[in-house]
Amino acid sequence: MTARMDNRFAALKAEGRPALITYFMGGDPDFETSLNIMKALPEAGADVIELGMPFSDPMADGPAIQMAGQRALKGGQTLSKTLELAKKFREGDNETPIVMMGYYNPIYVYGVEKFLDDAISAGIDGLIVVDLPPEMDDELCIPALAKGINFIRLATPTTDDKRLPAVLKNTSGFVYYVSMNGITGSALPDPSLVSGAVNRIKGHTKLPVCVGFGVKTADHARAIGAAADGVVVGSAIVAQIAGSLTKDGAAGPDTVASVSTLVRGLATGVRAARLVAAE
Amino acid sequence: MNQTPQPNSFRSGPDEDGRFGIFGGRFVAETLMPLILDLQGEWEKAKTDAAFQKELADLGAHYIGRPSPLYFAERLTAYLGGAKIYFKREELNHTGSHKINNCIGQILLAKRMGKTRIIAETGAGQHGVASATVAARFGFPCVVYMGATDVERQAPNVFRMKLLGAEVRPVTAGNGTLKDAMNEALRDWVTNVDDTYYLIGTAAGPHPYPEMVRDFQAVIGTEAREQILEAEGRLPDVVIAAVGGGSNAIGIFHPFLDDQGVKIVGVEAGGRGLQGEEHCASITAGSPGVLHGNRTYLLQDHDGQILEGHSISAGLDYPGIGPEHSWLHSIGRVEYVPIMDQEALDAFQVLTRLEGIIPALEPSHALAEVIKRAPKMGKDEIILMNLSGRGDKDIFTVGKILGMEL
Repeated sequence: MTARMDNRFAALKAEGRPALITYFMGGDPDFETSLNIMKALPEAGADVIELGMPFSDPMADGPAIQMAGQRALKGGQTLSKTLELAKKFREGDNETPIVMMGYYNPIYVYGVEKFLDDAISAGIDGLIVVDLPPEMDDELCIPALAKGINFIRLATPTTDDKRLPAVLKNTSGFVYYVSMNGITGSALPDPSLVSGAVNRIKGHTKLPVCVGFGVKTADHARAIGAAADGVVVGSAIVAQIAGSLTKDGAAGPDTVASVSTLVRGLATGVRAARLVAAE
Repeated sequence: MNQTPQPNSFRSGPDEDGRFGIFGGRFVAETLMPLILDLQGEWEKAKTDAAFQKELADLGAHYIGRPSPLYFAERLTAYLGGAKIYFKREELNHTGSHKINNCIGQILLAKRMGKTRIIAETGAGQHGVASATVAARFGFPCVVYMGATDVERQAPNVFRMKLLGAEVRPVTAGNGTLKDAMNEALRDWVTNVDDTYYLIGTAAGPHPYPEMVRDFQAVIGTEAREQILEAEGRLPDVVIAAVGGGSNAIGIFHPFLDDQGVKIVGVEAGGRGLQGEEHCASITAGSPGVLHGNRTYLLQDHDGQILEGHSISAGLDYPGIGPEHSWLHSIGRVEYVPIMDQEALDAFQVLTRLEGIIPALEPSHALAEVIKRAPKMGKDEIILMNLSGRGDKDIFTVGKILGMEL
């Protein structure tokens, strides 16, 4: 497996705080701007980067990420260009883990073996592919693990104790706990329910358990981060980008800066998370 | 494709993972995985449950009006001067199309599973109407997702759904057609996992839907096979049906798949021609990909982004096709051909004037293929076509195109 992911979680454990995992859509609103956003994330406090691969039919995403994908595709983004984005980022940062997140079809059409080879040379550390449950592990999960790329699985409230071992079996890097049954960008569920679920999963695995869906503010990040090993923020960042664009959808003067500001706030949230837990 | 070893039977699929060759499967978000496994378990039990099968048959006979007639189209046959043409009259079913066959089956499953809310996607609105109908009959609240474009061009069906008590939610994403409606229905399902049953209208989606919908629709072919044997003392030479997602087609094809002498033809929507993107001929002009829970032929670009497609018929306006059709194409058992908007429109008018039957625009595509083939066939040969739906819903669309005063 690429070392960046394990190194990062080990360092955070030593530091005694959860990871801030930030999602943005590759190519939103254009290649250059999204590269600049990506470069700004670690400095603003992101510990792991989720790089969204746009897809025309994002069945598990709410309006914010749907629109981000549409903007990226309209701007000419492709899977090749998303890999290129990671490669360019890696020229200046060889520490921050990058997880590519999206749907299977663009990867399938690109060709699984070629995609994995190109992902490794672009410095990708992990994959989250929403529409590949464990039943479909032969498609991409097993080939990815064989090449040393983490395959990060989603666990959800519908994943009961009976099913959890199957979900965790070929998972590596971290487990992504989806805090609610629903699509991205929904309201935050009760943090106490989330911490119960995180502990349930931790009973089955030694991997870090990170929580996403519904985390939008520093307060959310702090509350969720109290129990979780990482907090994923996606729709809020994507919405921040959307709000910074000009009327015709182009990057605005503050697009990159406004993302940095939001992420800095979220970073204070995760840094305060264990203080809450200790109280 | 010639080297592909032929299976002993073309009717044994899918395997336990829901695969027809490389097609099919279960490509869904983890949230939905336990739900489709539950559904599969319930479906397996229902298949062999005599009480379930009896209820299904009773509702088929007394609520849908089965068996639907097999009709010899005498004047059309004489007009074309070749093969004898028979229609399986699915348009005479309650609600006006074959869609009700599947809806009755699935609503019984929803009831067995203790679900209390029905969601459905619809293109032409035929499946939406059938879903709203069975929801009313069994006392379920029902939400139907329908592309905003389709809401406009299929207004009569929208009105019917509302009368039946369903809530029609227009979907504005994408081109506002069936694909977008299906995305939105999946988003609803993933949000309302506890109480909601997703009543998929075509033989596509994650396993077990393609198999289950096919089995509920196979009543069409099973009846037609008996009826043609009764009428003619032999099987037809050709069976033809229109294919969007492909539920009416697989329903009539499946019982004939192992009859070697029967040629089977699926008709895709050629739209305004196959050169550009304004068609829905997934097999003829598409390539394999993964969408809406299954691997199948899709209209997509080189980056794996799904194209919107176009068809005059809202029911065929879908950039994919059921996975079993992809498999039947890959092994060469079924031939898939495109029919253009204009050809379907011409066929629509021919049938209306010659037989006094107003067909839906979907089976009008199949009819256009019949009109091409019949004259080249002998008078002792037989074509069986699935007349899958009636055209009342399309009269305004057609009237507008023909410039008729309404």
